[in-house]
Formats: sequence, C-alpha cells, structure tokens
Amino acid sequence: MNRQAQAVVLLLLGGAVLKASISDLYLRYVKEGLRPFLIAAGAVLVVAAVMTLWYDLRQRVAAVAAPEHDEHAAGQHEDDGHGHREPRVGWLLLLPVLGLLLVAPPAMGSFAAGRSGTALGAGQVSDFPPLPAGDPAVVSVLDYASRAVFDAGRSLGGRTVQLTGFVMVGPGGEPYLARMILACCAADARPIKVGLAGDAPTGLAPDTWIQVTGTYTTQSATDAVNGETIPYLTVTDWREVAVPKNQYEA
Amino acid sequence: MTAVDQEATAPAPSPPRTRRPSRPGGRIGSVEVLAVLLVLLVVFRSQVAGAISDPRLQTWTTVFVSVLVQATPFLVFGVALSAVIAVFVPRSFWAKALPRHPALAVPVASCAGVVLPGCECGSVPIAGSLIRRGVTPAAALAFLLSAPAVNPIVLVGTAVAFPQNPEMVFARAGASLVVAMAMGWLWLRLGKAEWIRLPHRPELDDGSKWRAFWAACRHDIVHAGGFLALGALAAATINVVVPERWLQRLADQPALSIVALGLLAVLLSICSEADAFVAASLSQFSLTARLAFLVVGPTVDLKLMSMQAGVFGRRFAVRFAPTTFVVGVLVAALVGSWWL
Repeated sequence: MNRQAQAVVLLLLGGAVLKASISDLYLRYVKEGLRPFLIAAGAVLVVAAVMTLWYDLRQRVAAVAAPEHDEHAAGQHEDDGHGHREPRVGWLLLLPVLGLLLVAPPAMGSFAAGRSGTALGAGQVSDFPPLPAGDPAVVSVLDYASRAVFDAGRSLGGRTVQLTGFVMVGPGGEPYLARMILACCAADARPIKVGLAGDAPTGLAPDTWIQVTGTYTTQSATDAVNGETIPYLTVTDWREVAVPKNQYEA
Repeated sequence: MTAVDQEATAPAPSPPRTRRPSRPGGRIGSVEVLAVLLVLLVVFRSQVAGAISDPRLQTWTTVFVSVLVQATPFLVFGVALSAVIAVFVPRSFWAKALPRHPALAVPVASCAGVVLPGCECGSVPIAGSLIRRGVTPAAALAFLLSAPAVNPIVLVGTAVAFPQNPEMVFARAGASLVVAMAMGWLWLRLGKAEWIRLPHRPELDDGSKWRAFWAACRHDIVHAGGFLALGALAAATINVVVPERWLQRLADQPALSIVALGLLAVLLSICSEADAFVAASLSQFSLTARLAFLVVGPTVDLKLMSMQAGVFGRRFAVRFAPTTFVVGVLVAALVGSWWL
C-alpha cells in the first residue's frame, strides 16, 4: 500500500464519516452526542489525506527539478521508500467506507431484539414523576415498561398512553412492541419489550414501525432469554407510522 | 524545499533491502487496483446490498459499522495526540516528567492515564509514541492499561450505570490501577526489550516537523485503523454468533462466571466508555463477575490485541494480552470478594 493509496483510503473514510454525520445516517449506529466529534474526525481525516497528497506532489516536483535524484524519488513513489513495512492491513479500512457509502445497514431491529433479553434489569428508581400531560400521554417504551414493572403501574393509573416502536414476534408467535436503547453504539444496543394485549395488531411484518395507544394491564410475561419481566399494554388503537429519525431510545 | 532535499539526498537509513527495479509506467500500483475495485462496487451496488438482506448478516454489518463509527473520533484524536508526542514534544521532557527509576515511573504513568479521557483505540498509538520517545516500556505499558480504564468519562459512566452500587466506581478504579501497575512491574521483572518491535519510522526524523506530523497521522490512522477494523470484524461475528442464552447458564456458577465475563469482555470488544452499561445489563451475574468484565475489557480485547500486534509486534502481543487477562481476572476477583 503506497502513500497515494493510503491518502485515498483516508479521504474515502473521512468523506464517508462526514457524509454519515452531516446526514442522519450516523443515528443508526451511534448516539446523537457524538456528532460534533464525528464531523471533526472526518475533517481531520480529509486534511491528513490532502496533506499526504500535497507532500507527495512536492516531492515528485522536486525529483523532476533535480534529475540526478530521479531514480531514488521514483523508487519512493513506487515503494514509498520504506514500503517494506507499510501497513497492508490498512486496506481493511475500505470495509467501513463500503458499509457507510454503499450498504448503509439498518439500525438494530427485531432480529437483534429477539436474541437479547429485555434490558429492564438495571436497578431503577421507585418514585416516578407524574406522566406528561395530554390524552393520550406520549411516553417512551422504556418509560412505560419501567413504570409497569417497577412501579406496578401505580404512576400510570388509568391513563391512556401512546408508545412508538417496532413490531417483533415473541417465541410463541405473540406480537411485541420493542425499542432498542443505546449506551454508546449499536454494538451494545439492547431491547425493551412490551407485550401487546387487547386489540393487538396481527399479521404485521417484523420491524414495521407502529404507534400504539392503550392502557396498563397487570398481565406480564417472562423473557425467555434472560428471565426478566415483559409488561403488557392493552391496546385500544394502533396505526403504522414512518420510521423515526432516531430509532433508538436514549 | 530543504526537507524534501534532505530526504532525497540522505542515505537510506534502513539496512539495504532488495529494491524492485523500477519499471516506469509498467507496474500496476495500489491506487489503480483501488480505483478498479471501487468502480466495480459502485456498478454492482444493488447486488451487494441484496446479498446482505439476511437479518443475521445485516445485524453483523450494523455492529461492524457502528463499532468503527464509534471508534473513529477516538482513534483520530488519539493518533493526533500520539503524533504530537512523537514529533513536537522533545525527548528531554519525558526524562524530566517521569521519575528516573523505572519502578517509580510505573505508578506515575498509571496515574497520568487517569486524566486523559479517551478509549483504548487511542491509547495504543500513544503508548507506542511514548516508547519511541525514550519512555521506559514498563511506564508506557502501565499508561496504556490505565488510560482507557480509569478516566473521568469512564468513571462517570460507571456511576450512571450502577446507581444502586456506587462502590462499583471505586472498585473499578482501584482494580484497574492495580492491574496497570502490576503489569508495569511485571514487565520490569520478566519483560524482554526484544519482544517489542516498533516499526521503523524514518519519517518521524524528518527535518520538517509539520511534514513529520502529517506523515505520522497518516501512517498511524491507516495502520491502527486497519487493526481496529480487523478487531471489529471479530467482535461483530461474536455478537451475532454467541446467543445471550448461554450466558444465563454460566451465571449460576460463581467462580466460573468471573472468568466467563472476563472472556466475554475480550470477545465483545466494547469501547471502555460504554462497557459499564453493558455490564449493568448483565444483571444475572454477581457484582464481582461484572467487575471482571469492567477491568478486563479496557485492557484486553480482540481489537486491542490486533492493534497491539500491529504497533508493538506479534511477539509482544501474544505474551502481553494473555498475561493481562490473567492479572485482570485475579485482581477483579480479589477486589470483588473484599469490597463488593
């Protein structure tokens, strides 16, 4: 891998990171807070590539100006002078470039959610603030599940709530509403699962995004993967919605 | 101009190597290969996308891409800092900043790691630069182990992830510092200088500092980044292949579970700034086992081993990583049984 090839790889990587972080693509993989750092890192990568090409060009101009060094400089160009240990492993950096620019894989969805246990395990506080105003009250899947499991639904009362998430199918074929939560990046994404009772949607393909409206029910199930509790929601109404900009809940 | 002349006229600093006779215009270089590859990929883009429509492969791709996207800022800024160390900070600074005796330099370097926020991807090239600038390897290695494990961001993250168990923060910081110092001192007793083979880097002694700086950045990002990608490939595979259900069975055996979570940390290769949240979610395991996860993760994992082999040489990595694992698990077990 010579110097120009390295510069091209850096340019591609920097460009891919910049493109992903200026659009909303990066939200499929990392948290929103990383954006300024991604943009800065992408910019440094592009500058490093440009500086490499610039010094390389100057060197070749110098070689032309001083022909007696021509052979040496040409060798530098071909083998990078110290080409014996130039990092061949650097070619692997093309893979994330291809991943971001060509493939742009989706955010973690029902497949990953089915493999992991619901992530309500971490010790939760027991005093929940009152639900937000509005009828139905718009709450996150994590908020609903925490109130249902750790507060036995007390802070939910008889209120009607509205949740947004994607459909996944439970081990027995029952529909779940799920949402992934991120600590840092999609590699550590863990699902929060809520079972759907009442007028539950049927026949929807997994990963379809829906908005469900309903009320608390004491019904619950046990996650087959990690033995944690999966609370249920009695659905009164549901509709398909567009995929949200940020598919994860913080 | 002077820098260019200097390099062009200086005798080759490395031992003479058989240089391929240059055939002007006749050889296909890596840029040409790259160009053809990219054109092919753009042309067959829809086929490529169709080939990975399987949910397992898609998840694999998502994990791989997200590990790299997450690590890129840390890698780039870590490399930039290491290039500053390698190019702009004079050797005499380190001689003054660190105690002369290596056994004393180890704890000082471990504590210096505490103030540097970052994750493990950045600290590998920094440690390489420190050794290059004459810092004793034992101290540089102690820094390598402590910087990603005990810094403000990581400790705050741990406190947030374990709201009921604030003692986890102290246990993690204490155990990780002990591991870093123990490994530094172990290196003084048992380590051999010839295990570390830093790649020959003539461009660092370049006349022009800025030219050397950018050359170091370019080289380290491509080099360490390549090994990071290799580690991310492995981590994504583990993530998709190992079902969480297996962990459940391990959790019931206390001694085994400590080793198992240590191994899991190695395999998952999660960034040290995120691992506390994952550890918190492994609630079926004892606090001690989860401490092992937090102590081992930032010091040994697949992507780190891959990067260490690249920066320090393979002979170093095959000795250093397993030893760190054993020390990490033992220290975590001791601290955990005492404190948690």
